[in-house]
Amino acid sequence: MEKIIQGKAYVLGKNIDTDQIIPAEHLVYSLSNPEEVKLYGKYALSGVPPEQAGLPEGNVPFIDEGRFDSDYTIIIAGQNFGCGSSREHAPFALKVAGIKAIIAESYARIFYRNSVDGGFVIPYETSEHLNQIINTGDELRIDVALNTIENLTRKVTYTLNPLGDVFSIVEAGGIFAYARQENLMAQS
Amino acid sequence: MAQTITQKILAKAAKRPFVSPGESVWLNVDILLTHDVCGPPTFDIFKEEFGATAKVWDPKKIVVLPDHYIFTANEHAHRNIDLLRQFAKEQGLEHYYDVGGDRYKGVCHVALAEEGFNLPGTVLFGTDSHTCTSGAFGMFGTGIGNTDAAFILGTGKLWEKVPESMKFTFDGQMPDYLTAKDLILQILGDITTDGATYRAMEFDGEAIFSLPMEERMTLTNMAIEAGGMNGIIAADEVTERYVKARTEKPYELFQSDADAKYHSKYRYDVTKLEPVVAQPHSPDNRATVRSVQGTKITKSYIGSCTGGKLTDFIMAAKILKGQKVSVTTNIVPATVKVALDLEHERYDGQTLKQIFEDAGCSIALPSCAACLGGPADTVGRSVDNDVVVSTTNRNFPGRMGSKHAGVYLASPLTAAASAITGKLTDPRDFL
Repeated sequence: MEKIIQGKAYVLGKNIDTDQIIPAEHLVYSLSNPEEVKLYGKYALSGVPPEQAGLPEGNVPFIDEGRFDSDYTIIIAGQNFGCGSSREHAPFALKVAGIKAIIAESYARIFYRNSVDGGFVIPYETSEHLNQIINTGDELRIDVALNTIENLTRKVTYTLNPLGDVFSIVEAGGIFAYARQENLMAQS
Repeated sequence: MAQTITQKILAKAAKRPFVSPGESVWLNVDILLTHDVCGPPTFDIFKEEFGATAKVWDPKKIVVLPDHYIFTANEHAHRNIDLLRQFAKEQGLEHYYDVGGDRYKGVCHVALAEEGFNLPGTVLFGTDSHTCTSGAFGMFGTGIGNTDAAFILGTGKLWEKVPESMKFTFDGQMPDYLTAKDLILQILGDITTDGATYRAMEFDGEAIFSLPMEERMTLTNMAIEAGGMNGIIAADEVTERYVKARTEKPYELFQSDADAKYHSKYRYDVTKLEPVVAQPHSPDNRATVRSVQGTKITKSYIGSCTGGKLTDFIMAAKILKGQKVSVTTNIVPATVKVALDLEHERYDGQTLKQIFEDAGCSIALPSCAACLGGPADTVGRSVDNDVVVSTTNRNFPGRMGSKHAGVYLASPLTAAASAITGKLTDPRDFL
């Protein structure tokens, strides 16, 4: 796992549900065929209403027209990120688009599990309302060992909540890697 | 040590006498449910992790019910059904309900109940967030993603954090204008869309135990809309009668101990509650129907795992009998069984199907259909600035298709009354 995650912030509001992360009409594509996988990147966050996409101003496209990945690396959001359906396509789509970590005030359970167990993105929690003090486009740097996030654009550092129990699964890269490491399933 | 019903069921599945909220335990899974959207990627992960020729842990414990994108010309959707069929054949899955023949059932959560897979005291995981529906049978049911489901396919086990429980007690006798949908929307307005995150929602009280199974399922179905891990109602004689009519499989009854610890307790008197809606764009954006009465709508939609069961259509028929709808009204039975029941079940001398047809509704084939938008040719899908009153479960932006549409979640009574007037209408105006 990467020790330092650095890149641009994409800022969203609260209750970003899985239909906003990847609208249901796109769930038909294969998650293993490389050509179709690219489409998950193309349509990631395409369900977010434009005025709420890329705060504080809004109307900032997450993916530029004609592209399959994003210029942004870290999502900053409010409470209850990933609520709604169980679709693992949601954290998958964000990963394909180039997102490595999300920092939200809280997560819906299934999205959180999927992010961790599938090893797609790191779902950090914070008790600060970072989506009100970080702007879309700010350059951020997460130090995984220190549990901190530094806003390089504004020269401010914030503390993230420790990942706790799930850190070992995140570190291993997902539930299968973890289970093998801990001898919870036969080696294959 | 006192335990809630959820703790007791998880303790049994973990082969332990007691489990505490907050601890992570490995559970033995009784049933794994999947469908056409999440089945194919789950099977891919299973093969990648366990090997191309690996066999599932127990083919009798896997239920595959395609239901999401069935009646569409979308080629990718068809391919997903082909992939389910192929995997079911390879693995000898007897509980695969193929599309296009008389095996097809329809919406998985309702079909699970109808086919006798919901057994009190058991543990169900499903690749669908509304797997919590089955909790109406005094069992543990929750949604998971593809990776977790693939892990279960290979091992029959999964870790879960034992949830704290929240208790919702409903006293009094249900008035005829009130439905389980109003009760759960009431709760959602009180605790919001993350008010039960990672917790169990336990429903109790005289009003709950007076409800038929299908109405109980509406309550537990929307536990996920509050972020709940599971919704649960202890099994009683109504549950046992329903289960025994459908299966001879054994089950075990559990009840919460009187002195079990709860995260919080809520108490309601149903005689004081009113019909409510969840306004756009969140299931917790509650308002009484009276307070938004007269809001113009462009569509009424009665369907889905939440509001497409026989009891939902009986309620809608009570309102629609002898009336005409003034906006497009989609009747989407959850399952083939429900669709057939519409032809036989009568209200006031007419079949439900006749009542709906006479009223000018259009009846669609059973599937998830427009509850979650779906491919562009999905029946009932919202377009442009549609304003929809719907018996479904979510109204986040774009959920039913168009990002610019507004969806009011409502009971089948309210959806039917509003279909007649073309405006949000309290069902008491027609009862």
